[in-house]
Amino acid sequence: MTIEELEQIAQNVRQENAKYDYEVNVCMDLACASQGAQQLADALAKTVETSGKRVLVRRTGCMGPCSHGPLVRVDPDNTLYEHVHPEHAEAIAASLDGKPVAELQCDLNEHFGSQVRVVLENAGHIDPEKIDDYIARDGYKALLTVLTEMTPNGVLHRITESGLRGRGGGGYPTGLKWSTVAKATGDIKYIVCNGDEGDPGAFMDRSVMEGDPHRVIEGMAIAAYAVGASKGFIYVRAEYPIAVSRLTTALREARRRSLLGNGICNTQFDFDIEIRLGAGAFVCGEETSLLASIEGRRGMSRPRPPYPAVSGLWGKPTLINNVETFANIAPIIRKGGRWFHDMGSENSKGTKVFALTGKITTTGLVEVPMGIKLRDIIEVIGGGVPAGRTFKAVQTGGPSGGCIPAELLDMEVSYEALQKAGSIVGSGGMIVMDDTSCMVNVARFFMEFCMSESCGKCIPCRAGTAQIFNLLTRISTGEAAMDDLALLEQLCATVKDASLCGLGQTAPNPVLSTLKYFRNEYIEHIVNKRCPAGVCTMQSELAEVTA
Amino acid sequence: MATLPPPPLPSDDKRWKLVSGAMRKNGYARHALIETLHTVQSSFGYLDDDAIRFVAKSLRVPLSQAYGVVTFYHYFSLKPPGKHTLTVCAGTACYIKGAAKLIAAAESKLGVAQGQTTPDGEVSLMTARCVGACSRAPVMLADNQVSGEMTPEHLIEQLERWAV
Repeated sequence: MTIEELEQIAQNVRQENAKYDYEVNVCMDLACASQGAQQLADALAKTVETSGKRVLVRRTGCMGPCSHGPLVRVDPDNTLYEHVHPEHAEAIAASLDGKPVAELQCDLNEHFGSQVRVVLENAGHIDPEKIDDYIARDGYKALLTVLTEMTPNGVLHRITESGLRGRGGGGYPTGLKWSTVAKATGDIKYIVCNGDEGDPGAFMDRSVMEGDPHRVIEGMAIAAYAVGASKGFIYVRAEYPIAVSRLTTALREARRRSLLGNGICNTQFDFDIEIRLGAGAFVCGEETSLLASIEGRRGMSRPRPPYPAVSGLWGKPTLINNVETFANIAPIIRKGGRWFHDMGSENSKGTKVFALTGKITTTGLVEVPMGIKLRDIIEVIGGGVPAGRTFKAVQTGGPSGGCIPAELLDMEVSYEALQKAGSIVGSGGMIVMDDTSCMVNVARFFMEFCMSESCGKCIPCRAGTAQIFNLLTRISTGEAAMDDLALLEQLCATVKDASLCGLGQTAPNPVLSTLKYFRNEYIEHIVNKRCPAGVCTMQSELAEVTA
Repeated sequence: MATLPPPPLPSDDKRWKLVSGAMRKNGYARHALIETLHTVQSSFGYLDDDAIRFVAKSLRVPLSQAYGVVTFYHYFSLKPPGKHTLTVCAGTACYIKGAAKLIAAAESKLGVAQGQTTPDGEVSLMTARCVGACSRAPVMLADNQVSGEMTPEHLIEQLERWAV
């Protein structure tokens, strides 16, 4: 494969597409699929076939605003239709050379207006099972450019220059991590893609793996060239069967096109990737646990240093990045480090994908430049809390993050600002809560999660999360005393400081942030034995019922 | 070191061939333990003692390590599943949108707690940590078919369809 051959493939796809006057793109992502997108796509394909018009029906990845699904976009007019069902197929086919179907059309200009699509640039535009679709949108161009025109150092420099930071939650500078692995000595090095999206409420990595799998593969191959690795692993949750199947297809297609394997692009560069399945353990999102799991062991973390960059898989230098981090690599190579650096805030560059869910009008995947105001994401892009209820908090970062109250909505979204507010960017889950959510109960929900997901290796996490959970249970049932609040804070501090890995160190965050911003709710539960949101059942109420 | 030949298949059930095929594909490497256990579970529905022993012996992994791995990961089950499986997602978005009500409805309808199978072996009630369909919370899976924006009434209807 050469750049010319790649260009030829892209040319062929464009010629093929030019045979059609219209493209009907059907979103097949999980949210739309669960509402019958499969039947819809079949119905559309059948209808346009008999319509006599030249129409291409394409099954794509996530288009974004899931709550409007099943979604269909008709190009070249860029008309978006919402809540489309098989019975609408005729109307859409008939409308193609006339006016759009008014009753299905949706106006989401505000939703899309402040979004910038880098990671999601192909989502909704390509068939994820066709490598040529990806190539036609500049896919693998970055890899071939790197292999034929750039030195590994040049790649490292460009990634460093971009200011990209790890999108898995830690925010560690990607260029620095790559440079460390590149400098590490050893003839065998590994690349690992962390697709163990364990944070409940986040699904951007699933969407990228399912909707644009080649983007991840290309990013990994570029990383391998830069650090000198020849073998990679993608670690995917077993709960994501479609992602596994799309990645398997993508890997096979990439090998067929000689974009993976030995002597890629007639150079000396060899690289191939294997998929590893997770088995349902949140702690495996932590890098040392993930490595243990790939080695076929229980996913238990170990102390760092040595960092995986020096001693990772089977003791060899290993580069671990998250799905979204790898998904950013190809555009950075194509458009330059400066281009990426120019987006975002002072210390958080580029864009970030968030999964916007919970009590919000428009749920789905959004991609915004870092530094955007939190309020813009919630109120403009997400359309705010549905009418009749009031916004209470937005939870970011999952079980490792915190709850941000209404008074802080004008803060910017960046690694630093969210951390300062007691939360984290995390993998990018954003769950909006209204006044029907009890913050003590929310804290208890997350603590139950961390308690049962603790790998059990270190005592602060294993025993501490259980004790915090017990305390929160007592508070939520009205059996706690004010002294318990002090005990709770003390315990949180211990678990935070003394735990071995990220899981334990961040587990107290949901408790600490709700204590900070919603202390009154805790006090209501303790002193007045009352849950202001009406969620928790008090022991005294239970006693009344049984009496 | 001379490598021992892999142990004989536990029975002439054809599914064991899939399992040994998965191990052969990975060159009987020890690190293929989790991959192999996945194959066992997808072929048989669960992992029993015979299966764990067979895999451990084939891959030359201590039984303790194999059993440790099986019990560490939530995805692996030591009990056979019911004829149907109803999984309620208990991820954060689903929790905020009332997954607890769905679980309570299913528990009272089936008369078993989450994680259990009805005595007649018909339905297993499970919860999931997150299936990634958060934008349509609360979500349930009926035999792996995802449905969003669930209500207790819809859930009961599904259970009644299975009961017929």
